[in-house]
Amino acid sequence: MTALIQPMPNATVETKPDPAPVAAVTVRGLSIFFGNHAVLKNVTIDIGARAVTAIIGPSGCGKSTFLRSINRMHELNPDARMEGEIRLFGDDIYSRDVEPVVVRRRVGMVFQKSNPFPTMSIAENVTVGLRLNGERNKKTLAARTEESLRMAALWDEVKDRLHAPAISLSGGQQQRLCIARALAVQPEVLLMDEPASALDPLATQKIEDLIIELKKDYTIVIVTHNMQQAARSSDFTAFFYLGELVEFGPTTRIFTNPAQKRTEDYVTGRFG
Amino acid sequence: MTVSNHHWRKARNVFMQAFTFVCAILVILPLLLVFFYLLKQGAGSVNWAFFTELPKPVGEVGGGMANAILGTFILISLASCLGVPVGVLGGVFLSEYSHRRLNWWIRFTADIINGVPSITWGMVVYALIVLPMKGFSVLAGGVVLGLIMIPLIMRTTEEVLQLVPNGYREAALALGIAQWRVIVQIVLRTALKGIVTGVMLALARVAGETAPLLFTAFGNAYWTHRLTEPIAALPLQIFNYAISPYDDWHRQAWAGALVLILLISGINICVRTLTRDRFSKRA
Amino acid sequence: MGNPATSHLGDRLFKGLTLVMALSVFVLIILIGFELAHGSSTAIRQFGWRFLISSDWDPVNEKFGALPFIFGTLVSSAIGLLIAVPLSIATAVYLTELAPLWLRQPLTMFIELLAAVPSVILGLWGIFVMVPWLSGHLFPLLQKYLGFLPLFQGPIYGPSIFAGGIIVAIMVLPIITSVSREILRSVPGLQREAAYALGATRWEVTRIAVLSYAKKGLFGAVILGLGRALGETMAVTMVIGNSPQIVKSLFAPGYTLASVVANEFSEATTDTYLSALFEIGLVLLGVTVLVNALAQLLLKTFAGPGVKPQH
Repeated sequence: MTALIQPMPNATVETKPDPAPVAAVTVRGLSIFFGNHAVLKNVTIDIGARAVTAIIGPSGCGKSTFLRSINRMHELNPDARMEGEIRLFGDDIYSRDVEPVVVRRRVGMVFQKSNPFPTMSIAENVTVGLRLNGERNKKTLAARTEESLRMAALWDEVKDRLHAPAISLSGGQQQRLCIARALAVQPEVLLMDEPASALDPLATQKIEDLIIELKKDYTIVIVTHNMQQAARSSDFTAFFYLGELVEFGPTTRIFTNPAQKRTEDYVTGRFG
Repeated sequence: MTVSNHHWRKARNVFMQAFTFVCAILVILPLLLVFFYLLKQGAGSVNWAFFTELPKPVGEVGGGMANAILGTFILISLASCLGVPVGVLGGVFLSEYSHRRLNWWIRFTADIINGVPSITWGMVVYALIVLPMKGFSVLAGGVVLGLIMIPLIMRTTEEVLQLVPNGYREAALALGIAQWRVIVQIVLRTALKGIVTGVMLALARVAGETAPLLFTAFGNAYWTHRLTEPIAALPLQIFNYAISPYDDWHRQAWAGALVLILLISGINICVRTLTRDRFSKRA
Repeated sequence: MGNPATSHLGDRLFKGLTLVMALSVFVLIILIGFELAHGSSTAIRQFGWRFLISSDWDPVNEKFGALPFIFGTLVSSAIGLLIAVPLSIATAVYLTELAPLWLRQPLTMFIELLAAVPSVILGLWGIFVMVPWLSGHLFPLLQKYLGFLPLFQGPIYGPSIFAGGIIVAIMVLPIITSVSREILRSVPGLQREAAYALGATRWEVTRIAVLSYAKKGLFGAVILGLGRALGETMAVTMVIGNSPQIVKSLFAPGYTLASVVANEFSEATTDTYLSALFEIGLVLLGVTVLVNALAQLLLKTFAGPGVKPQH
């Protein structure tokens, strides 16, 4: 049984600045198989725009696969097969004439372990997506670099050494650099796969604060193992278990008054 | 929504895939051509006479490479007597006893020696064995090939032993078994297949070596009866016949090359099939 | 279970045995260095530094200069690498990043079979197939269109320094390809994913996330190939013409350090002659040891734990 928020008609981003009602990503009947193994089973969910949706669940429940299906990254696995439909602001991202490359330019991703390109400087890392898209104007690149680094709460720390190698930064800074890199191309949705799990508590706090700032302008979907993190920083929470979406709803409700017993068992720590 | 340079990027992607594909074809082209010509020129001459007869006197048509074929087998057997024990035991040391600095230097040196041209080995053994013995010999040929095998086998043995899970060693040691027994009876036994294939690859490699034999084994038109006499070897014979002015010798050189490549490829394919489970998980 | 004292003794003996065997590599390298130096001592005393810069190779009059061979070795290796390096790295890229999955294993196996072809067999093919084709087709073509360059002028015999370079290329292709392949495979998948997530095409992922990351290791692979090229003996001897001269034309016959030793060592009539050849071997050894050491250092400091340096 899956629980949904009120289904929304196709609406464009510009009409509503406040969170909830507009669905940025609509998923219908999504199933993903790696070979014969079904990793996700018949998931249907609406991800709200300009909000933070947390995906929680025990290891192996399919949450990372679900995240990666939104930007077609699961296709990097050659045995992957999918059924169902995912729409990004109304556009079917799996339709025959849509290439994965195009989808990935609209959806940004931050990984569990920070992965800046080591042979590039900080500035080059931020602008790599823009330069790939053909942007050559130095002024535009510089402006976007500053803008993205500010949004990632990293500007003040690196503004004097933009040309230093990216790997000279600390772990937490590198992760914020990766966030800046993803933001520089102005994605419509930002996906984050356990972005703070490899970081110390101080750095984690900075990332969480960042997420709360970012949701004013971006749609964010974040996979997390850390339930406190989900409770603190998200607006909506989806609980996955063994490949199925068990429950979805506003975070406060999921954590204080879940409708499903399995959800309640998980959030109260009885398993997983 | 597509960015303005989307089609250009797509085109470049396709172009690079095609370009690198062409390069890959160019890389395997020589191999295909070599095999093709070996079969074309050599197959007809690989007959019973080839395997059983001695070379005929210079200029005469006919004869075979029986002594060279046997010579190659004798030389690589002799080489193994030197190369296998030293190489395997040395590899055991590198893998099982860790002294970081020393082991690093041993590996570094072994890798450097593996890259040294084999002809220099020939010169060394010439000075060490041929000169004092005042003549070319089976012994010199076997030793030079054995010396080449030592660092080769040492490194492959070490790599294979490293693949044996540490759990085996620890379980055995915890039972109170002496370390040397653990290594010999458990680790080596587990890794035996890998060690054997490593030795086979080294044999395939030295079976094709010509340069070091030029002034150690030297070659022989007849059967060799003593370790102290020169001996014929397949690669030597191929070389001598190839650069000679006689057409019939050219024909036999092709035949010899075909036999040699079949021997070497046979060993290599055998090894790959035996180790396939080790490699199959890799893309 | 044995007596603790005897098993302790057994441990010590076994460790000692394996240690001695492992230390043999040091013995080996010292042995090569010593024997070659010892063998060249006569020539060194007699010719000194002039040996390396004189181009006079005259066994009859006992005048020996190694310059033609140094020239031949360098030029044939340069040609070989110029041809082989782009092809090998492109092939390694194809095998690891761009090829369809079903094609990768068979293609890799083919290339490793090429690595197993002995030098003398390639030389045989070189003499009777490649050189006639070159002198009949490629060389005249080059002379026709590029003949304004001194490189492509001069009489075409067939056996030539150019042929030597091509055959060196064929011999080093497999090793540069397979080492490069290992290097590229060791690039962490996370790097590739970062590029994919930005919407990069397959080639762009390769360019941004893989090739620049692997630069140092690829350079090591190239240097390893150079070491192999410098020492290549039999195949080169069979197609290079074996004439000790320094000429601008690539179509002219040449001679390399390894080839002169291969051809003339067993015919060396005097002590000086033999010693000169030993000295050539010493030069060859010195150069290849240095180049290989450099390659190994590059590969060892780049490579991750999963990459093994190859020989």
